[in-house]
Amino acid sequence: MKLWEIAHSRTGDKGNIANISLIAYDIKDYELLREKVTSQKVKEWFGEMVKGEVVRYELPQLGAMNFVMRDALGGGVTRTLSLDMHGKGMSSYLLDMEI
Amino acid sequence: MKTIRIGSGAGYAGDRLEPALELIEKGGIGYIAFECLAERTIAIAQMAKLRDPLKGYNDLLSYRMEQVIPLAWKHKVKVITNMGAANPRAAVEVCCEIARQKGIQGIRIAAVEGDDILAKLDRYQDAQVWETEKPLRELDGQVVSANVYLGAAGIVEALRQGADIVITGRVADPSIFMAPLIHEFGWKMDDWAMLGKGTSVGHLLECAGQVTGGYYAEPGKKDVPDYHLLGFPIAEVSEDGSFFVTKPAGSGGLVTPHTCTEQLLYELHDPTNYLTPDVVADFSGITFTQVGKDVVHVKGAAGREQPRTLKVSIGYKDCFIGDGEISYGGPGCLDRAKLAGEVAVKRLELRGIPMDELKVDFIGMNSLFWNTRRRYRTPEEVRLRVSARTRDRLSAARIGEEVEALYTNGPAGGCGAAKTVREIISVASILVDRDDIEAAVSLKEVK
Repeated sequence: MKLWEIAHSRTGDKGNIANISLIAYDIKDYELLREKVTSQKVKEWFGEMVKGEVVRYELPQLGAMNFVMRDALGGGVTRTLSLDMHGKGMSSYLLDMEI
Repeated sequence: MKTIRIGSGAGYAGDRLEPALELIEKGGIGYIAFECLAERTIAIAQMAKLRDPLKGYNDLLSYRMEQVIPLAWKHKVKVITNMGAANPRAAVEVCCEIARQKGIQGIRIAAVEGDDILAKLDRYQDAQVWETEKPLRELDGQVVSANVYLGAAGIVEALRQGADIVITGRVADPSIFMAPLIHEFGWKMDDWAMLGKGTSVGHLLECAGQVTGGYYAEPGKKDVPDYHLLGFPIAEVSEDGSFFVTKPAGSGGLVTPHTCTEQLLYELHDPTNYLTPDVVADFSGITFTQVGKDVVHVKGAAGREQPRTLKVSIGYKDCFIGDGEISYGGPGCLDRAKLAGEVAVKRLELRGIPMDELKVDFIGMNSLFWNTRRRYRTPEEVRLRVSARTRDRLSAARIGEEVEALYTNGPAGGCGAAKTVREIISVASILVDRDDIEAAVSLKEVK
């Protein structure tokens, strides 16, 4: 199944760093997300879009994780050539991941 | 226990005004804060101020304040905003004039300054720039602005002096919302635990509609009621720093633990280490509990001693970006768009147009997600976009020209061509000692 079926997400940007939340609709699914969606898997999923490291932070009481991705916005909101300057659409890309 | 109700009137420079007016009229709030200053907005405002010393504040200041000032005065709601951008004093003059025209006597309007350190930048030339990891003196491009992120102290002082409206330049977003809490509850400026909690109030409110169902809907999975009437949030904060997030009765949107969680993690890195000028906040223990329809109880934020340094955003003239777009539809559209892209790039190369970086996108297929390892589905229509970063405006203009020329010089059926050239003001960040910086408050009363 796709992450989209059990989780939702929002992207934020700061400079050339993107952060993407991953939030279980039902907190019972949090352990599954924690097990399947590692920082390594996320880094691989984004491929060349994310050049730097990916770090995962966990907020179990909210059923949520936060992925911080460095060198992920084509140089940052001002100078990137990406149509999506803020990388805001990246959350939707994450939710397309099969687990 | 004493409680304070604060509304969020704007989450970005161009935000909707109707929800703010609704909050003032029906929200039962004591304060409303408008956050209107993105990272590089102040650099663009500084350039406007250079052209005209009476300008350099938010473009929508007059439009907003013409409606906000009379309403807020009537309902005894105090207004705090960073719409002063590069010129808080000029913004105060505009607001005083509006108040005079509306016959509002006795209203006190304050400017909070001290964030603009452009004139003092010489002494920081050895400071390391975060983005380039080189000293500031090596920054490639003309510096146009330098603004420190101030904390809540200047706004608190303005409120103490009796200001009804406080207009600032660069202040950390959460601090704009936390200042009334410090003022009303008498929190000490080194009570890190309370400032951590106050910062969580500010962080959840600073993007306005993004905590009440804005930037949230997913039809069938996350439905948002009466979306067109999306209301803005209210925080009802207790002296102990716990609070409820809610919104005006009858407004659209929703407030749930899920909307709050999305906003809590928005633009957050390490949840245990959220740095502001006032405090290092720790959001890792926050809990959200739904206690009523559109009412969420929030508690659990903590705080540690504030950083010794303050962040400065330096705006500089970086480069130009030129782009051109043209669409293709129907059978074979992707092949025609790809051919068009190849032709445009070859022509740019033949002309020797100097470009620092070039990108070819197929909108409808890979413009948002350009991971080439992905297997893309073929769209029914596709829009070619060619963009490049250049050192000068003329070279940037060439990009769109070559794309537009694909009409009569490219594949069949090209349509809807468009082109733009943008001058890019980028932001470089440095840190300065907080003892170098002091907020300055000036207050005017409308007679």
